Amino acid sequence: MKKKLSPLSLIYSLLIFVFLYAPIAVLIIYSFNASKSRGTWGGFSLKWYAELFSNKDIMQALITTLSIAVISAVVSVVIGTAAAVGIYYSRRRTKALLTGISNIPMINADIVTGISLLLLFIFLKLDLGYVTLLLSHITFNIPYVILSVMPKLRQLDKNAFEAAIDLGATPLRAFFSVIIPEISPGIVTGAILAFTMSIDDFVISFFTTGGGVSTLSIEIYTMAKRGIKPEINALSAIMFLVVMTLLLIVNIRSSKVEKKKER
Amino acid sequence: MKKFRIAALPFAVYAGIFIVAPIVLIFMYSFQGAGGDFTLENFTRFFNFSDPTYLKVLWRSIYLAAISTVICLLLGYPMAYILSRLPNRVRGILSFLFVLPMWMNFLLRTYAWMTLLERTGIINTFLTNLGLPTWDIMYTQGAVILGNVYNFLPFMILPIYNVLVKIDKSVLEASADLGGDSGVTFRKVILPLSIPGVISGISMTFMPAVTTFVISKLLGGGQNALIGDLIENQFKVTGDWGFGSAMSVVLMILILGAMQIMQRYEDENDGSGGVLL
Amino acid sequence: MKDNLIRLENISMSYGEKQVLKSINLDVRDKEFITFLGPSGCGKTTTLRIIGGFEHQTSGNVYFDGQLINDVPPHKRQLNTVFQKYALFTHLNVYDNIAFGLRISKTPEHEIKERVQKMLSMVNLSGYEKRAVVSLSGGEQQRIAIARALVNHPRVLLLDEPLGALDLKLRKEMQTELKAIQQALGITFIFVTHDQEEALTMSDTVVVMKGGKIQQIGTPIGIYNEPVNAFVADFIGESNIIDGIMNEDYVCTFGGKTFDCTDCGFAKNEPVDVVIRPEDFRMVMPREEIICGIVENIVFKGVHYEMHVKSGDITYLVHSTIPEVVGTFVGLEVEPFDIHIMKKSKPEEN
Repeated sequence: MKKKLSPLSLIYSLLIFVFLYAPIAVLIIYSFNASKSRGTWGGFSLKWYAELFSNKDIMQALITTLSIAVISAVVSVVIGTAAAVGIYYSRRRTKALLTGISNIPMINADIVTGISLLLLFIFLKLDLGYVTLLLSHITFNIPYVILSVMPKLRQLDKNAFEAAIDLGATPLRAFFSVIIPEISPGIVTGAILAFTMSIDDFVISFFTTGGGVSTLSIEIYTMAKRGIKPEINALSAIMFLVVMTLLLIVNIRSSKVEKKKER
Repeated sequence: MKKFRIAALPFAVYAGIFIVAPIVLIFMYSFQGAGGDFTLENFTRFFNFSDPTYLKVLWRSIYLAAISTVICLLLGYPMAYILSRLPNRVRGILSFLFVLPMWMNFLLRTYAWMTLLERTGIINTFLTNLGLPTWDIMYTQGAVILGNVYNFLPFMILPIYNVLVKIDKSVLEASADLGGDSGVTFRKVILPLSIPGVISGISMTFMPAVTTFVISKLLGGGQNALIGDLIENQFKVTGDWGFGSAMSVVLMILILGAMQIMQRYEDENDGSGGVLL
Repeated sequence: MKDNLIRLENISMSYGEKQVLKSINLDVRDKEFITFLGPSGCGKTTTLRIIGGFEHQTSGNVYFDGQLINDVPPHKRQLNTVFQKYALFTHLNVYDNIAFGLRISKTPEHEIKERVQKMLSMVNLSGYEKRAVVSLSGGEQQRIAIARALVNHPRVLLLDEPLGALDLKLRKEMQTELKAIQQALGITFIFVTHDQEEALTMSDTVVVMKGGKIQQIGTPIGIYNEPVNAFVADFIGESNIIDGIMNEDYVCTFGGKTFDCTDCGFAKNEPVDVVIRPEDFRMVMPREEIICGIVENIVFKGVHYEMHVKSGDITYLVHSTIPEVVGTFVGLEVEPFDIHIMKKSKPEEN
């Protein structure tokens, strides 16, 4: 059944590929353009990168973005992994209820999640800022961790835990020396996913932050609304590189695991 | 093993506060007037058929999202199909490449089109240099659709691709064996089998397109506001939380309703759209 | 009673409304190979899991070496288990899998090394230390699971259908190997299977179970030759189970003929099940006193031919090394000691 790619398919694929990548490529190329205007090429320059790194607002936002991403990923990995284990061993009704609730932030529109959290923080009289931003990120990250860990739990041999107990391990030791290592690929994927989601988020952050605390996404939005700034191009290039690296790691990991299984 | 159930407790508490309570609050606020009294006014204002300002916005959101979704489907299905027929070795890498842009920051992807489409942007500078007339697409509905298509195309390709690669090759051989030529095999076997992927592709494209406010704001300008812009406006500018909440409730019901319909199809397959990686 | 290692006393088990074990009483002797045999859902695995401590009986007592161990958690019981799908730890290599239990008991590393290697050579997998368990074949994983359990020197090894996932040839090999290991180590094996042939080949004692109850306990030969009821007879090998009547001691009637038999102690003219193994029929020339019928079909089974002989409304299953042409009218001869008379099983038990 396998045929060689027909020329038509090849051209079509190339066109779609260009459509998907040309805008990103243009951004990256123009991040090295010495001239501020987009029509003209003023020669190669790193000055927008220099300006980017000397822009205090952006650097502050970068720190906020990264720290929120790291902390929310760590917290949601802990809560999410525990939740996945708890849900997995729960009775059917509890399982359905908790899974349903954890699906809400993934199904719901970001804008609805964002304003619902905003209303909550106001209701609780919390000042919008770093803490509310962090709580929001944890909220939308936990479901992704559960989503990544759950399949690993299902793949787990249902006797693996009993085998450890049988060999003399206490239940707690069996949990940490067998269950956690066995599901660790899911935990790592969940952590990377949570980290990426957190960096990528704009809409929820937009509604749940305040007091001058801002993330990169929010900075980009504010700048883009005012018009085009070449620093954003430089930022795009960096972020693209980071995201691509992270995803490559995730993909190589999962394909390695799969190959191991196939043998 | 039953002892492990307790591990879900922190999540249950967290979710109660940060997932369930906020949704309850939205409903509460949506039925609240300016003085905190119970009222249906927020909803009657939205569903005002004699002055359909807001309904028009809702309609525009649905209409633009629908067009974007159809274009994504038309562009994405053939792409997913081509990818699924590639030999195993290159398939993984290439499908990864086609899905990668969706992980690029959504604002940057939109911003990229600003730099391309602007009156003094790259495309127009290029056209002017060639002595051609400029292309004034910026701040039109066309630009919003373009932005949607660009942003959500990978979300259409991926689930369809996921379903197509899983189709058992022997099913295709069986069809050929039973006398189906490639056209028949496609129409009678591949297409029906790929419907679950198409369904999740549609939901993954339509849902974010209908609720966006970034794309409309950056590429559509003020005159092409969508329901997302309206909601954002209530919370960020006018401070009319009741009305904003009411519109969120409408949006939520719209999405959950659509999900229900989609789910019915997807249940037959095991939710192939859920895997993003 | 001195060599009794495990004693189950009135063990019952219910999941909600459903009673899966009904008052099980069983003694397991030290160093014996005992097999729980029965169809799926008969309670054999549950019984094993109660001994292992993974399930807790609803009522009854479990004794180990004279001690009541009802409340001893599994990690403190002196027995190890080989699970149905091996339950190997996929994040550890072969060596670390086998060393798992020893590390928990804080055995010195040099001793661990020695014992792991001894185990590997016993299961014929020397040199596999560094291999990932997922890269092993089913049979190899099976051996690792056995080594992982035995390295801890348990007094009892519990095996929950350990050969179920292997193909036929490998199964046979492993049966012999397991039996050899059990004899070499001189420890008790409690084995669960639904395969009667497996049970008969390997065991010293077979416990036949059905519907949460023990049907019969005995040696393989005893159970095969003297099944206590129609269920056991049918489950252990194929059998003809025919409605009959016990006219008086040592005389019974079935298929319209009267036969001598070796059973007694039934009421006069009591309806009974008559059980005859297909290989116990001899095909002879038809004559008045024996069952006669027409050969309906014949299938070659390798060692023997399997034939159905129809006589009246009863069809008899007959195994014979000599084929007979379909349609032939034949007589079926059977010796008195091959006629097994069983009390009619009560309908609720079926």
